[in-house]
Amino acid sequence: MSDARLIPFRPATEETPTTRLVLIGLAIGGLGLLVFGPLLIVFAEALAQGWGAAIAALSNPDAASAMRLTLIIAAIAVPLNAAFGIAAAWFITKFDFRGKAFLITLIDLPFSVSPVVAGLCIILMFGSNSLLGGWLVASGYPIVFALPGIILATMFVTFPFVARELIPVMIEQGRAEEEAALTLGASGWRVFATVTLPNIRWALLYGVLLSNARAMGEFGAVAVVSGKIRGQTATMPITIEMLYNEYLSVAAFSLAAVLTLLALLTLLLKTALELRHADQLAAARRP
Amino acid sequence: MHIEIDEISKQFGITAALHPVSLAIPSAALVALLGPSGSGKTTLLRILGGLEFPTSGRVLFDGQDATALTVQERRAGFVFQSYALFRHMTVFDNIAYGLTARPRANRPPRAEIARRVTKLLDLIQLPAVGTRFPSQLSGGQRQRVALARALAIEPRMLLLDEPFGALDAKVRKELRQGLRDIHDETGLTTIFVTHDQDEAMELADLVVVMSMGRIEQIGKPADIRARPASAFVRDFISA
Ligand SMILES: Nc1ncnc2c1ncn2[C@@H]1O[C@H](COP(=O)(O)OP(=O)(O)O)[C@@H](O)[C@H]1O
Ligand SMILES: [Mg+2]
Repeated sequence: MSDARLIPFRPATEETPTTRLVLIGLAIGGLGLLVFGPLLIVFAEALAQGWGAAIAALSNPDAASAMRLTLIIAAIAVPLNAAFGIAAAWFITKFDFRGKAFLITLIDLPFSVSPVVAGLCIILMFGSNSLLGGWLVASGYPIVFALPGIILATMFVTFPFVARELIPVMIEQGRAEEEAALTLGASGWRVFATVTLPNIRWALLYGVLLSNARAMGEFGAVAVVSGKIRGQTATMPITIEMLYNEYLSVAAFSLAAVLTLLALLTLLLKTALELRHADQLAAARRP
Repeated sequence: MHIEIDEISKQFGITAALHPVSLAIPSAALVALLGPSGSGKTTLLRILGGLEFPTSGRVLFDGQDATALTVQERRAGFVFQSYALFRHMTVFDNIAYGLTARPRANRPPRAEIARRVTKLLDLIQLPAVGTRFPSQLSGGQRQRVALARALAIEPRMLLLDEPFGALDAKVRKELRQGLRDIHDETGLTTIFVTHDQDEAMELADLVVVMSMGRIEQIGKPADIRARPASAFVRDFISA
């Protein structure tokens, strides 16, 4: 047949084999060095003296208290932030008003402010030296060096995640579907529950997972406001640091392994949901 | 339903989308709002549907002041320019939406809803697409589903924003006839927006020519052709 077939053919967007090898090597090497390697070391160190030592370290009352505290913080801060994030994104994308750009910048503020500074702000506002804090302590509701302060700090640090995931999605989707639902007689709440929420659920899920990961892992802001009271206000990341500084490496890494497992669990959950709802994900794309 | 637009104006900040306009639409008419992009057609349609509120003026439905009625109370079947089908719902659920959204007291039973949706799917000649998602339909099919969804609420009027805008010429011709048939069958006062003078002239009983937020001329297609009221109308309809 024609000689043209013999000419080596390569699509315009495809790189040469050497380039591809280098890129793939870099990607795998980078992932291995920066992600998988450290993860493996965490587990290896935790089990350096066998399962028994690791489990004993985790059953220590302070470790148990840290795990409980971290889960409680995530269970309170993440839903609250999801609600605030939805409200903020909804407000920003469905209404036109002055100062919108400023509000969007404000939402990003926690990303640009150092968590330590955020923690200090909370102490200045609610610490016993402040007017509000003094009154709260006197009435028996201390914020700083107690659970409420830790939750405030965590919420501050994780606030942008949900709103940031939602805003671009909601802008892209526009208001037409909501308006259509209104013309069909649905009330505002019904529109939110049956049109808005289903349309943003994947972005919402990602936002919640990200903010959950960060809520469980937050160190800086929490370190400042918690006072690091062992068995009371020391969260998992803070307890890990304290144990490590005391050369209790098995205990530190066992707790770190649990924190890592919690993170992996969230990832697994996300993947499972994606697989289960693959058809809906495909259908949810803009028609 | 007889619709009267009484000195309606609309400002968006410093932009005047509509200067005071007045217009009476007889019951059961098929009316085209015709004009170039930015002439205020969509704004006028949205004011009728209750999605936008006028800066001044009144809207009367059958002689009753309807200006303050909410979008839900207007009961206007609205077909959006990009159809705005609910992407996460099947075609069936899309069409049933207005019926299931009713308060429990006057919500039809499930079987009745199913019966009505099936009937509407037959009316738009798409009996087999109920289980599909909007993303699995062609542009013309989506437009017809949007029409069925609007009809499901037993609207008092039908408002369509560029209903054929996103379709190719052949499908557009077919659907024009489809809209005419549905209008004749339901007897609903129907107002559609278009920038295509052929479409307006061919389909509508009454054509309202708009330009820069003003009504240039109101008349039967033949009258507008024969006696354009302004140089703008003459140029626009001969384009
Ligand atoms: N929500 C809005 N905010 C600001 N200006 C608007 C808005 N909607 C429409 N306009 C302006 O009003 C004018 C008329 O718009 P529109 O009614 O959409 O025209 P048409 O549908 O005839 O193309 C345009 O100048 C448009 O930019
Ligand atoms: Mg328009």
